[in-house]
Amino acid sequence: MGYKVNFAKVNEIFDALSKEYDIYAPKLFPNEGRYSETDIVRYDRVTKVEDIVFDKKSDYPAKEVLSPITETIFYFTEDEWRESKATSKKIMIFMRPCDVNAMEHQNKIYLQNGFEDFFYKRMYEKVKVVLMECKEGWDTCFCVSMNSNKTDNYSLAVRKEDNDLLVEVKDDAFKPYFEGVEANDFTPEFIEKNEVELEVPEIKNKTILNKLKQHPMWQEYNSRCISCGACTIACSTCTCFTTTDITYNENANVGERRRTSASCQVEGFSLMAGGHEFRTTTADRMRYKVLHKFHDYKVRFKDSHMCVGCGRCTSRCPEFISITATVKKMAKAIEEIENEVNANE
Amino acid sequence: MNNPVRPIACEIIDVKKESQSEWTFKVKSDIKPSHGQFLQLSIPKFGEAPISVSAYGDGWMDFTIRAVGKVTDEIFNKQPGDTLFLRGPYGHGWPVEEQFKGKHIVMITGGTGLAPVRSMLNKFYNEDGYVKSVTLISGFKNEAGIIFKPELELWKNKFTTHYTLDRDKIDGWNVGFVTELVKEVPFESFEGDYEVIIVGPPAMMKFTAMEAMKCGVPVEKIWVSFERKMSCAVGKCGHCRIDEVYVCLDGPVFNYTVAKDLID
Repeated sequence: MGYKVNFAKVNEIFDALSKEYDIYAPKLFPNEGRYSETDIVRYDRVTKVEDIVFDKKSDYPAKEVLSPITETIFYFTEDEWRESKATSKKIMIFMRPCDVNAMEHQNKIYLQNGFEDFFYKRMYEKVKVVLMECKEGWDTCFCVSMNSNKTDNYSLAVRKEDNDLLVEVKDDAFKPYFEGVEANDFTPEFIEKNEVELEVPEIKNKTILNKLKQHPMWQEYNSRCISCGACTIACSTCTCFTTTDITYNENANVGERRRTSASCQVEGFSLMAGGHEFRTTTADRMRYKVLHKFHDYKVRFKDSHMCVGCGRCTSRCPEFISITATVKKMAKAIEEIENEVNANE
Repeated sequence: MNNPVRPIACEIIDVKKESQSEWTFKVKSDIKPSHGQFLQLSIPKFGEAPISVSAYGDGWMDFTIRAVGKVTDEIFNKQPGDTLFLRGPYGHGWPVEEQFKGKHIVMITGGTGLAPVRSMLNKFYNEDGYVKSVTLISGFKNEAGIIFKPELELWKNKFTTHYTLDRDKIDGWNVGFVTELVKEVPFESFEGDYEVIIVGPPAMMKFTAMEAMKCGVPVEKIWVSFERKMSCAVGKCGHCRIDEVYVCLDGPVFNYTVAKDLID
């Protein structure tokens, strides 16, 4: 069922929804960008449709709604602990197909890998997806190559047309909100071709994998990558975090245990108490990230690589390191290694 | 809803100084770990750390801890009667029933690497005939670093033991690394019916395994236990991942056929 809804009516619907839902969408933060007088688009709560940025790719992914960069997981007072409280409302998120598909990767780590994560699950169970139609993408996007350009995992889908939203209502629970609204046969279209294409090379076995780890291609990143972690924070699928305890200044018997996004690109990610660290160079850390995204994850979870081709890592890198160019270099290195292995057999 | 990362308060019932920097904390708990598993120990305000169980029994567990970080330093300020927070046990321990029972066992440890095999060694010591024999090679940096001294003495009664210090000389002990003692093990006399267990720092495990393979030990007979940074221990935080393997879920104990290819 589809509708054509003018912005005034959309805002009325938002008002009605707000009794039950917090609505999250990409929002403009003027002058909060990395450089002077630049903006940032990131996810936040919105109350009116005019707040939603439709014409830019958000700098940061939708994952921040479900797994915030910093989240208090426990409060403790002396010997007593309690979990932080979940948000009381349900959550509606405006997301592009890449972000919707990225949620599947988050689910694999948080809900399937060994244990179910209490804090993610209680958020995920509340989520309703509003798909933002994405027909063209941007210069760093390669979602088609990662098979993440399409999705049918949504309750509503929208296209912005001037001062109207075309809406497809897939989840009948939302139909009452659209009573009396002009009907329309809108269904979302998807990107069929990106400017950038990527063929992810296959790494056939551990011998080739371990030779690839030693390949000189990674050395380049010792001088190019500055280990800032901007790529992993901007990544739609990265899930790593570190837990830290803090106490309140006024009373050291009271405090919190927090979970904060961690980056395998930042020094110290593998540092153990006692001083032993496993990946001490930027080259090591870059290799670790790229192989996780384009090999290791798929070996563990089978069906797909841990990348949706959103291109945010490339867009956010202050050193202009392109993930697609890196994977293409890796493909060449694998070819070299395979030729060498074959020649020696 | 069950929350796997919620810690529970446990009373410390004994603190034993094994060496100057390694102390064993005995904690009252009904948790039943298996040999080689670990728990997340935590002190609110300071954080959590993964620590392997060095012994356990009815209603108690031992953790042998080295004060090397924020959490472990704070644990050293605790006394009997104080509280320690625990969650776990986690990971796959030693395949005692499946792989070790009824065989000749060669155990090679470096430093505190003795802690995660201590409970298993005591089982082999106390249950006559559970394994055919135990050869124990244990190395420490120096005399001050020796842990479980009474047990090291006791084990001599039933096990073939080779104890060594990296550089210092003390009575009845060798001088040098454990790698140099691997060739003393009569692997051939075991007629293939044996397993080799190696636990210690990463470089020690690598070179000891290489040495064992040089002595003709097939790779699949070697077992190791890994130690990595962990925040969650339940497969979420990503710190302990190597390739497709999560040390917290798939380890910490690995057969060397898997471990030899895991390059961080």
